[in-house]
Amino acid sequence: MKVLVAVKRVIDYNVKIRVKADHSDVDLTNVKMAMNPFCEIAVEEAVRLKEKGVATEVVAVTVGPKAAQEQLRTALALGADRAIHIETDERAESLAVAKLLAKVVEEEQPGLVVLGKQAIDTDNNQTGQMLAALTGLPQGTFASEVAVDGEKVHVTREIDGGLQTIALTLPAIVTTDLRLNEPRYAKLPDIMKAKKKPLDVKTPADYGVEVASKVSLLKVESPAERKGGVKVASVDELIDKLKNEAKVL
Amino acid sequence: MSILVLADLHEGQLAGATAHVIAAAQQIGGDIDVLVAGEGVQAAAEAAAKLDGVSKVRVADNAVYAHQLAEPMGALLVELAGDYTHVLASASTTGKNVLPRLAALKDVSQLSDVIAVDSADTFKRPIYAGNAIATVKSDDVLKVITVRSTGFDAVGEGNSAPVEAVDVVVENSQSSFVKEELAASDRPELGGAKVVISGGRGMGNGENFKLLDGIADKLGAAIGASRAAVDAGFVPNDMQVGQTGKIVAPDLYIAVGISGAIQHLAGMKDSKVIVAINKDDEAPIFQVADYGLVGDLFEILPELESKL
Ligand SMILES: Cc1cc2nc3c(=O)[nH]c(=O)nc-3n(C[C@H](O)[C@H](O)[C@H](O)COP(=O)(O)OP(=O)(O)OC[C@H]3O[C@@H](n4cnc5c(N)ncnc54)[C@H](O)[C@@H]3O)c2cc1C
Ligand SMILES: Nc1ncnc2c1ncn2[C@@H]1O[C@H](COP(=O)(O)O)[C@@H](O)[C@H]1O
Repeated sequence: MKVLVAVKRVIDYNVKIRVKADHSDVDLTNVKMAMNPFCEIAVEEAVRLKEKGVATEVVAVTVGPKAAQEQLRTALALGADRAIHIETDERAESLAVAKLLAKVVEEEQPGLVVLGKQAIDTDNNQTGQMLAALTGLPQGTFASEVAVDGEKVHVTREIDGGLQTIALTLPAIVTTDLRLNEPRYAKLPDIMKAKKKPLDVKTPADYGVEVASKVSLLKVESPAERKGGVKVASVDELIDKLKNEAKVL
Repeated sequence: MSILVLADLHEGQLAGATAHVIAAAQQIGGDIDVLVAGEGVQAAAEAAAKLDGVSKVRVADNAVYAHQLAEPMGALLVELAGDYTHVLASASTTGKNVLPRLAALKDVSQLSDVIAVDSADTFKRPIYAGNAIATVKSDDVLKVITVRSTGFDAVGEGNSAPVEAVDVVVENSQSSFVKEELAASDRPELGGAKVVISGGRGMGNGENFKLLDGIADKLGAAIGASRAAVDAGFVPNDMQVGQTGKIVAPDLYIAVGISGAIQHLAGMKDSKVIVAINKDDEAPIFQVADYGLVGDLFEILPELESKL
């Protein structure tokens, strides 16, 4: 079984972002970029399936600018076998990404597609679900456990009330939650080897997909700043402040 | 304008989030229908009919919609969406699971976690863990939106909207429900609680979370946690507050043994009053806390419980 993994290049999760002075967007110049953390979990899961002998090949795919090849190389260093870069400098929204991924699914015929549940830049949480709808494949989102069992995959999902387990017919789409696994770090020799692994470059036009969306970004602002308050010296003072100043007790 | 709101259910009952989504729908304006889909959901439908602002409740009560699995729910929404300009759901794990499918099948974008309505086509939503707020305009013919409950005050209950059955039945052979492990708790729901007390890695282990129980009892609080506490297995995943967990905005939020990473702040920084208890006086949580108490939680919590 082939496993397809979608990875996105995003701002590093540790970086505190700044909004541009003209409010047109977030300022990403000279900001540290990385693979979206949920995509790292997706790559890890795919590689583990290969190590267990369930998967035969792991293919990583990204949609984004030239620089996104760094994240594909990371995926290759972590154990993916080959990569597909769909290059575009346009802002590719979830629907366009899902359409492109649907074309790749059609071409590659994977048994399982693994995506992150959410990209930490747009915080959309939609691409996997859209891909499932477009391909007509079943979806297991927010996965904390994935068990392939013959023709089916059992997915345990992190839902609002707790955990839910569903069974999906393969091929299927899975999106990862935080507890699915703990991603490994790439080792130096693997980083070197990754440079030689195959990486195909395509464009949205090759797949006949329009990247432009009907949603326009009018403005980006900083949220209302919260002012730090005071330190209290004791439990008594805390209770007094909560009762008499904040009036929340 | 005509709006369809997908009702959020919790164990077959109407979840509190729905009343917040209807409030968002009222700001868009127009007729508001509520879709209640599931198995054995008549009571939920009747509860929805009481909510102010609802024009009509549509009930799809069929075994195929049990547990609101994504595939049949998406197919049902596609059948119904033709009558509407907007389809809204709460940004719950159900709303997030289902609505993007509707959007993709209708070839439109989806707007996630909307926190403000500027007009019928322009909305505000947080991005980058809430460190920026984007104003976005959608020119799609159908607007598909998930709503963050904390952005809108719930509508009241004085209505008696008509309830009608939807007889659309779809097929589903691709996915099936296996089991659910739902955390049973007598405490208020995290999303709707007036007071939330959360523990982090500083709690040390799951057993120590009991130190929060007595305080939560006295304050009628829900109990939350940081990701680190969930990852370490102290408490279940449904207690995680943050960018990728639950978003809360209670009147009072008490963070205990939580450092205040941006991903955690994303889930609670809109609380009215924030209290932080942490032994490290430089912990970033103090930068957002109205009242900070530096010290050892193992001494502070018992004292706080006895003095409340
Ligand atoms: C993609 C991604 C998504 C994430 N999503 C979330 C999310 O949704 N929610 C979330 O919370 N995090 C999330 N995180 C994790 C986040 O970055 C932090 O790692 C996490 O919030 C840290 O949890 P913590 O504050 O409990 O632990 P720590 O950062 O380890 O802090 C523990 C604190 O406890 C204090 N302490 C220790 N002992 C005591 C004591 N005896 N008395 C008093 N204080 C004590 C310490 O001083 C310290 O400040 C996410 C991270 C990533 C990469
Ligand atoms: N530009 C992209 N290229 C490849 N995969 C993507 C891209 N955008 C989103 N994805 C995938 O979809 C997941 C969820 O993203 P989103 O729905 O945008 O929050 C990510 O974790 C990726 O797995």
